[in-house]
Amino acid sequence: MSEKELVRFKIDGLEVEAERGSMLLPVALDYGFEIPHLCHHEAVSPYGACRLCLVEVTKNGRTRMTTSCTYPVEDVIEVSTDTDQIRRARRLLLELLLARSSRAELIQRVAKEAGVTETRFKAVDDDCILCGLCERVCREVVEANAISFVNRGDRKEVAPPFWDPMACIACGACVYICPTDCIKMEEKGDERTIVRWKRTLKMQKCKSCGKPFAPLFQLNWIIDKASLPKDFYDVCPVCKQMG
Amino acid sequence: MYLKGPDELERLRKQVIEGKKAEEGQKRVVLCTGTGCRGAGALEVSEAFQKELDRSSDIELKRTCCHGFCERGPITVIEPMGVFYQMVSPEQVSQIIAETVKKGEVIEDLLYKDPKTGENIRYEKDIPFYMRQMRLVFGHNRLIDPTRIEDYLATGGYKALTKALFGMSPEQIIEEVKRSGLRGRGGGGFPAGRKWENCRRAGADVKYVICNCDEGDPGAYMDRSLMEGNPHRVLEGMIIGAYAIGASEGYVYVRNEYPLAVQNVGIAIKQAEKMGLLGENILGSGFKFTISINRGGGAFVAGESTALMASIEGQVAEPRAKHIHTVESGLWERPTNLNNVETWANVPVIIERGADSYSNIGTEGSKGTKIFSLVGKINNTGLIEVPMGMTLREIVHDIGGGIPGGKKFKAVQTGGPSGGCIPEALMELPVDFDELTKAGSMMGSGGMIVMDESTCMVDVAKYFTNFLRDESCGKCTSCREGTLRMYEVLDDITKGKGREGDIELLEELGWVTAEASLCGLGQTAPNPVLSTIHYFRDEYEAHIRDKKCPAGVCRDLITYDIDTELCIACGKCKKECPVEAITGEKKVPHEIDQDKCIRCGTCMEVCPEDAVKVQ
Repeated sequence: MSEKELVRFKIDGLEVEAERGSMLLPVALDYGFEIPHLCHHEAVSPYGACRLCLVEVTKNGRTRMTTSCTYPVEDVIEVSTDTDQIRRARRLLLELLLARSSRAELIQRVAKEAGVTETRFKAVDDDCILCGLCERVCREVVEANAISFVNRGDRKEVAPPFWDPMACIACGACVYICPTDCIKMEEKGDERTIVRWKRTLKMQKCKSCGKPFAPLFQLNWIIDKASLPKDFYDVCPVCKQMG
Repeated sequence: MYLKGPDELERLRKQVIEGKKAEEGQKRVVLCTGTGCRGAGALEVSEAFQKELDRSSDIELKRTCCHGFCERGPITVIEPMGVFYQMVSPEQVSQIIAETVKKGEVIEDLLYKDPKTGENIRYEKDIPFYMRQMRLVFGHNRLIDPTRIEDYLATGGYKALTKALFGMSPEQIIEEVKRSGLRGRGGGGFPAGRKWENCRRAGADVKYVICNCDEGDPGAYMDRSLMEGNPHRVLEGMIIGAYAIGASEGYVYVRNEYPLAVQNVGIAIKQAEKMGLLGENILGSGFKFTISINRGGGAFVAGESTALMASIEGQVAEPRAKHIHTVESGLWERPTNLNNVETWANVPVIIERGADSYSNIGTEGSKGTKIFSLVGKINNTGLIEVPMGMTLREIVHDIGGGIPGGKKFKAVQTGGPSGGCIPEALMELPVDFDELTKAGSMMGSGGMIVMDESTCMVDVAKYFTNFLRDESCGKCTSCREGTLRMYEVLDDITKGKGREGDIELLEELGWVTAEASLCGLGQTAPNPVLSTIHYFRDEYEAHIRDKKCPAGVCRDLITYDIDTELCIACGKCKKECPVEAITGEKKVPHEIDQDKCIRCGTCMEVCPEDAVKVQ
């Protein structure tokens, strides 16, 4: 295999290098630069929705503000992560997010770090900030495609396609990745529910210990997808390990 | 007939032209049945003509699409005289046949009357609306029945394609388009030749070209009318472009709300395939190119290039970052060249006439002509095509015929919903890409909405901001929340709840929406707000400080009163008032109960003496 090609450029005056094709935000974070971000996660592809990771990129003498999560690194660029313009834009973005999700602890904290504690707009309390992480993790990582964007503009929401959660395997990846914790999972008896999607599935009971350990629908979905033996999940992973 | 080579195409063209020559003197009714004229009843007129003509086999009915002068539809031209009739109704059809078609007598009542001179005008070319135009791209519409490829061939159609395929290398074509100075007509104004060049350079096994016919601006319909009226022209541009770029597949992305455009481009594609102008081995050149139609679902944002490509792929129409250009990785991650309808329709002219001739038209930075849709408070509503650089005054007053009802011009909004409003003081502005941007507006795809003195600029800003709030895809925080909050502030201002600092707040929101958003929609969304603040700040201040709407539009800030001197106590207003807020007896001047009044303005509309005043 050929060696990965490296590019060299500057962030806030510091010489850095990164693989060609990488996006600016993860490179900058690796080098220890502090750039706030809400819709970025290393497990999924870049999206560029929250706009908080704005930086200024100077290329061929032209400077412009752009989101670092969607900017592919290049040799010739100089990056500034903390200018007056950037701070001003971030504060306004956070004020807008604080008005949308006034109760979300994460938003309150990130806003406070940027010096924003109040909003001039009518506050509502939708905890979902439409970062799209749940949609991406479900599509790209789990490959269940059970979450999509519905509607547009300020009526946009994440929801199962056609509001029917039939494809959801209740794996909980969306619960795990949601930065504002607005997707909740509950387990009662032998049932698991992903509250936001209104998906309740019966859990498989381990033939050895008798404890419910994962939704039957999910296990069959994995067996099908990975062509595993039909009885592969009769016993829970814990019992299986103990033999 | 399948054409195996350029000679066969020329032979066919000769046949078609000779056939037309033999028909010289043929009695023919040319009727516009484009969408504008259909709205005015053209289909009923067409039916009436058809019924009459079924009885006279020597008269032909030719149904074209848009001629541009939609204000006066349905439009009919009677040949061979060439006399131009306007606002034709089905009841007038038998008279037209009996007098004009059969006897050559002109019906004066159906002619266009010049409002300035009071004289009737017989021919299209003499009507002021048409006289100042240069209809390079749009002009052939009136000669073409869009369902007949022969009509297009008779106007010289597919000549440019032959020239390109057999007389030019792809590089030469790109050079020609570059030298012509053609800039994208869809909104961005990016040089088309450079885009093509970058796409040609991108290495890949498969490349695509796309025609963007997802025109979604309220009141704008130039792409629609071109696609409806002359679809082969657009296809010819696409085939030439695909050959130059090295693409083998093309898409026409057209709104499903444009049924006639969908139908006509569909017919045109089938005809072109049948004749060997599309498909394998086009005209025997060895070049292969196919075109499919993709119908859009009606989201405004789907007209943004990356969102459009996502939509073709079957995804939600949501724009993505374009640091990697679509000419390198677009549709299905292949190099893709997207241009809009009007851009493609300009290509055959450039190839046929040559770049030098084309670039003589227009201004330094904007070459050629531009089609505008001239709507709003204007006498001559319609589609116009003018050379770049014509002043706003010429467009609004000379071509558009000025403002109806003797009212004063106030502003014109150019570039669609996210364009800016340009005031009277800038009427001498030469209209081109750069001048409009400098004035805080934009070319966009060519919408022009004219406003008169009875328009409230805060209300206008609110209207367009609400449109953009609704049509934002909702991905970027800045655009989704920014347009929402700008709308809320504007709504408060128009309802008398504006506060000191609101103008500054709008400016802040406008800045972050423009600077932090990903795509063109968000980046231009604040234009209506920022341009009206810039040019009409006093109106904002009147709303906020004095709680007054100077134009008398914002309901919460106005009162209607009856001038007792002028009131003749006719009782009309009292009768029409929907909330019974008006009192008064015979011979006693009427009065409005302000507590009951809902400020709908009905009394003002019905008063024969103009005694109702708004404040």
